[in-house]
Amino acid sequence: MDPPAGLTADRAVSDKFSGAALGSVIHMFNAITHSQIYVLDQDEALDFYVGKLGLEVKSDIDLGFMRWLTVNVPDAPDREILLEKPGGPMMSEETAQQVRELLTKGATGGHLFFSTDDCRKTYETLLAKGVEFTQEPTEQPYGIDAGLRDPFGNSIRFTQPKA
Amino acid sequence: MSRATEDTNRRMLRARDAMDRAYAEPLDVPSLARIAHVSEAHFTRTFRATFGETPHRYLQRRRVERAMYLLRQTDRSITDICFEVGFGSPGTFSRTFRDIVGRSPREYRKEATAKHVPTCFTMAWTRPRG
Repeated sequence: MDPPAGLTADRAVSDKFSGAALGSVIHMFNAITHSQIYVLDQDEALDFYVGKLGLEVKSDIDLGFMRWLTVNVPDAPDREILLEKPGGPMMSEETAQQVRELLTKGATGGHLFFSTDDCRKTYETLLAKGVEFTQEPTEQPYGIDAGLRDPFGNSIRFTQPKA
Repeated sequence: MSRATEDTNRRMLRARDAMDRAYAEPLDVPSLARIAHVSEAHFTRTFRATFGETPHRYLQRRRVERAMYLLRQTDRSITDICFEVGFGSPGTFSRTFRDIVGRSPREYRKEATAKHVPTCFTMAWTRPRG
């Protein structure tokens, strides 16, 4: 039986960029090492991401022009999350203010997805620490996951993948 | 001034998250205003200024988005789905659904297909426009 029309169209697009179609083209990248989200206050971000979520500080360096602050999941130091404060001189004060306003509206697109061995247990632990949840642990086709917000408006999910 | 805006935005987001989370419950302005720490009179106006629509419309779209999901993913009856997502009557549900989606729940179910990506993206991107 033919797949639904929508599915065929999606495949036609993604096949064009799949490994098979690219043939012998060399893989240019081999990992994602850094991801970035905006935070309003880096000390408060540390309290949350390290103190509550249990991440580890990878770098906390005063570069003069910025505080380079990254965290990682314990035992996974090769993938860092940069907790960056919007501001000058990278952007004007007016633009920084727009970013801060979008962030607090939950509209900057700052998303982090974590995996966990036990979604419900992690949920209970974080709930006891006063973390603000957007969704309780929920059965999904891909596993069990839950959603929360950081103090600034970024969206975070953690998933216990289906065994 | 700007700090005050950020603080207000964040509190409005908290109330919006509550609607996303507890969409099926009989949420009213007083309870949402309490979550946002503002007066009832202030809440609806500020929410609209922040997100561009009234809290009532936002909640309707959330409920309709959930109904669309259940229509796609399950074979439950339309009346069942109507109550499950928080509508008080099938008449209101059908009217609101058609108003927002442009099709009846039955027509939508016939045309829809299901795909699996992380749920927050499905929720955000399948939310019907206001």
